[in-house]
Amino acid sequence: MSHRLSLLQAFVFLLRRDLLLALRNRAEYTMPLLFFVLVITLFPLALGAEPVLLARIAPGIIWVAALLAAMLSLDSIFRSDFDDGSLEQILLSAHPVAVLVLAKVSAHWLVTGLPLLIVAPLLAEMLGMPTSAQGTLLLTILIGTPILSLIGAIGVALTVGLRKGGIILSLLVLPLYVPVLIFAASAIENAAMGFEVSAQIYMLLAFLFLSVSLSPWATAAALRMSAS
Amino acid sequence: MSTSTLLETRDLGCIRNDRQLFVKLEFALEAGDMLVVEGPNGCGKTSLLRILTGLRLADGGEILWRGVPIDRLAGDYYEQVAYVGHHDGVKHELSCLENLRLARAMGVPSEQSLDDVLEQVNLYAYAETEVGSLSAGQKRRLALARLLATDSMLWILDEPFTSLDRDSMAMFALLFEQHLEQQGLIVMTSHHDISLPGQKVQRIHLGAQT
Repeated sequence: MSHRLSLLQAFVFLLRRDLLLALRNRAEYTMPLLFFVLVITLFPLALGAEPVLLARIAPGIIWVAALLAAMLSLDSIFRSDFDDGSLEQILLSAHPVAVLVLAKVSAHWLVTGLPLLIVAPLLAEMLGMPTSAQGTLLLTILIGTPILSLIGAIGVALTVGLRKGGIILSLLVLPLYVPVLIFAASAIENAAMGFEVSAQIYMLLAFLFLSVSLSPWATAAALRMSAS
Repeated sequence: MSTSTLLETRDLGCIRNDRQLFVKLEFALEAGDMLVVEGPNGCGKTSLLRILTGLRLADGGEILWRGVPIDRLAGDYYEQVAYVGHHDGVKHELSCLENLRLARAMGVPSEQSLDDVLEQVNLYAYAETEVGSLSAGQKRRLALARLLATDSMLWILDEPFTSLDRDSMAMFALLFEQHLEQQGLIVMTSHHDISLPGQKVQRIHLGAQT
């Protein structure tokens, strides 16, 4: 008798599968990134030549854009798997569903969250954000975007079975995103003014650990409900 | 309960849209048994199969695997179960091989190589082809190939012969027979008449009008 793969192997396998799928559906997955870049480039055009104002509101703009870009990409975490029946196969896997969910969410973050980390410094520069704040900007994106994916996964899992779940999804998820937005933007602002930012960063880290440890279980339970 | 009983239901009931689909459904299967669920459309065949997989909760009663309720077994039950439902559960953007590799990673891999599995379901020539470009019947064959790629004892099949041609149906009927001979179990629904000579086939008829 052969044995099932180790949990880690199954995790890596599913992660690789989702990355491969993203690679083959490039158009769908570049949209959120494009959206992020477009929204931020439109602000200087709309506000005119006001470098001081732009630099002041830059943290808020970048984080609001990141939030909306994340919302835009959320549905893709489980939608196609739900539609073609792959989700049933994942739920019937011999491995704990929560761990498989974490693999899918990680893939989602690598595809939608990580690219923000690369373009955000360029956009921050464009908005005239002080160089001293850019390290903090990167740190908040690094800690904050996985939280967006993790919390979003719960919302998608709850609404994936509904025919028009889009609006409910935003209503469910957006309030939970607000704390991330507040602490991230305030950290960057403080850094720009040369103040201490560790309090905000610790808060964000706390959110991250909380969502890593709780969200996969909630998502798995919600998926079971949606599938039945 | 006899000691050789593997899958057993007690008092199983299902309600959908305020309609009682079945109540007090009881059956017991031993190794090598097959259960065919029959009945008109909407009588709860698919619901019964989904309840047996644990995807759907029963509205009453319980399902026992080797005498233990399946919700207590979780992963240990799922590694024994292979399910092919209405949806093929294959990814259109991946090739046949990639799809089967994933199926293996999710369950217990069988000893056959994937090339052999594809050969058996006549898809060897399409191993590297993206599934999206295959026909409906070929996709169905790939979905059923999961049964061979994983080492599962209980096969739960919802209309496995949908969009298969006559030859493929005969081929899978033969594979089902082999599975039963190797002490496997099959629970399936089918509108197609299949004859499996010499097997212990039980039939359940679910009535629609209540």
